[in-house]
Amino acid sequence: MRGVSTHFGKHAVHTDLDLEVRRGEILAIAGGSGSGKSVLLREMILLQKPSAGSIKIFGDEIASLDEAATHQLRQRWGVMFQKGGLFGALTVRENVGLPLREHTALDDKMIDDIADWKLSLTGLEPDDGVKLPSALSGGMVKRAALARALALDPELLFLDEPTSGLDPASARGVTELILKTHALYGLTIVMVTHDLDLLWRASDRVAVLGERRVMMTAPMAELQHNDNPIVQEYFVDARGDARSDAHIQARGQTAASSPVSTSAAALTPVPTPSLTTPPAPHGR
Amino acid sequence: MNSAALSQSDDHEWKLSGGWTVHSLGTLGQPLDVEACAQGDIILDGEKLEALDSAGAWVLQVWLQRHDAAATLQHWPPRMQALMEQVGAYTRLKGEPKSQPNAEPEAQPNAELNSKRMDNKSAAEPAQSSLAPLLAQIGLSAYAAAEQALALLTFTGRTATTALNLMRHPTRIRWRAVLHNIQIGGFEALPIVGLTAFLLGVVVAYQGADQLKHYGANIFVVELVGYSMLREFAPLITAIIVAGRSGSAFSAQIGTMVVTDEIDALRTIDIDPTELLVLPKIAGLLVALPLLTVFADITGVFGGMVMARSQLGIGFYEFLDRFGHEIHGSAFLVGVGKSLVFAVIIAGIGCFQGFRTTDSADSVGRQTTTSVVQSIFLVIVVDALFSVVFNILNI
Repeated sequence: MRGVSTHFGKHAVHTDLDLEVRRGEILAIAGGSGSGKSVLLREMILLQKPSAGSIKIFGDEIASLDEAATHQLRQRWGVMFQKGGLFGALTVRENVGLPLREHTALDDKMIDDIADWKLSLTGLEPDDGVKLPSALSGGMVKRAALARALALDPELLFLDEPTSGLDPASARGVTELILKTHALYGLTIVMVTHDLDLLWRASDRVAVLGERRVMMTAPMAELQHNDNPIVQEYFVDARGDARSDAHIQARGQTAASSPVSTSAAALTPVPTPSLTTPPAPHGR
Repeated sequence: MNSAALSQSDDHEWKLSGGWTVHSLGTLGQPLDVEACAQGDIILDGEKLEALDSAGAWVLQVWLQRHDAAATLQHWPPRMQALMEQVGAYTRLKGEPKSQPNAEPEAQPNAELNSKRMDNKSAAEPAQSSLAPLLAQIGLSAYAAAEQALALLTFTGRTATTALNLMRHPTRIRWRAVLHNIQIGGFEALPIVGLTAFLLGVVVAYQGADQLKHYGANIFVVELVGYSMLREFAPLITAIIVAGRSGSAFSAQIGTMVVTDEIDALRTIDIDPTELLVLPKIAGLLVALPLLTVFADITGVFGGMVMARSQLGIGFYEFLDRFGHEIHGSAFLVGVGKSLVFAVIIAGIGCFQGFRTTDSADSVGRQTTTSVVQSIFLVIVVDALFSVVFNILNI
């Protein structure tokens, strides 16, 4: 992405933003609420047009693609939405099989088999396949959504808040799933998240959004020692400090078993800058 | 818990007692306004304070600020003290506690603050009564209407091009979805459409019978019921019922899909939502609505027949005999032809409003309402236009 600007009316979300994703890496886009993470993702997946600037995917400028090329591009990526975006009228298996049914000439039996296999890859039981998405828990919806995103074996995977709204255990499960998927398919992953646990364990590089641009793109370990105040405020808070060491190790061990401290730390409230003055001594 | 109370023990010291919480605060807020407290430093003794919550701390802080007093908290439990200070910091930040619910201007003893508030009011009032907001309102409404019209045009264009594209690749037509829509929007609507049209036929014949009897022109009830049902009432009532049943369902369904990211998901897995959602609905209604109209024709005329027999003494055979002679086929075709146009309007508006849903459940409801209102309105407008055109063409 080069020189991308986005504004809604007078409100500028990005101005002159640059971002580069390398083939095969897991790039996380992080930033505070309202920093335009999701907007940026939507621009990459052709759901929204930036006000200015250029976005190239696989070397092609996406704004100038013709219809046929757009169709081709869309079949080379998988997208997982924050709310899952599973089709409520279809069963989970049909959801996963839908891209195959639409874009391939495979027969129904094979599509169902492939869908079941993708579901099992993401840790869902065969029984879950015949359920409707509304019967699934939050974590299962995310897994099913990931299975659908992987249906066409994409080269590029976009994840929007893959762990949001999940309890720590499910979030860890999804994190491991992302790492496993990445190892299995060797695909490029771009994810939007503000889950520090996920950032530490699953990202190769993190692009920090702030002041309407990408402030920096670097691995977590580097970001932690960065002295930019915005980066500092975002990452190097009490949580990050308490967990960093444990997590650098965890990432090294390909995260087979993660330290219990993650969930405990995630539950620790973040001390907010407080207006409270220390309690005065009783009486005078 | 005892209710909250405040008592003055000496010039600069006040004792709090009871529970200063939302529940036990009672109406203390108002009398507190009037009660004076010395300016400057005072002491608030919290020894007998049983409980304090945000509301209690708020009332106290506002009271202190109104009198320009600074309090030293004595014998306060640390937690309550912390809360009190947090609230204090916030109310000071907001400056003059204008939005404070207890601070009714009437209860204001402080003349200076009072006059300040009056000034604010008198400054704000002329702006409100001037023409500018009205003009702005008109401008905004016009802009919104123009925006909506443009969006509708875009939607129509996109739907039409997608439909044309699909004609060239008929294998991509989603027959299952079309049939599903015919079942839901057509077959399942049969009972209600039939009953309504029947009752309408009864009403028309009944109203007509009364007038016709005066002239001894009883037999003309056939023309009355026949033409009015076939040309106007059957297509119109069917369209209105289907707009309420199916039009609303279309926009609620698509609207919900927008909220749950399903529409975005469709686009990203390279399935055109227009092709999957809009066209089968339009095609389904294009089949279902004329058929429903025919059904409404039948039950409506039957309702008229029943009424003609009981009120005017015209038997079924006699009625049908005259019906066959006098009613032209064109009346039937006009009604069915109109229903085709109504079908496009209802399905189109239903889908269009569904896609205009923004990211909230509230918006789904609003767009659904809008879709029903708009499609019924448009159906009636178009029906009126048809009447004019048919009149000119002498059909």
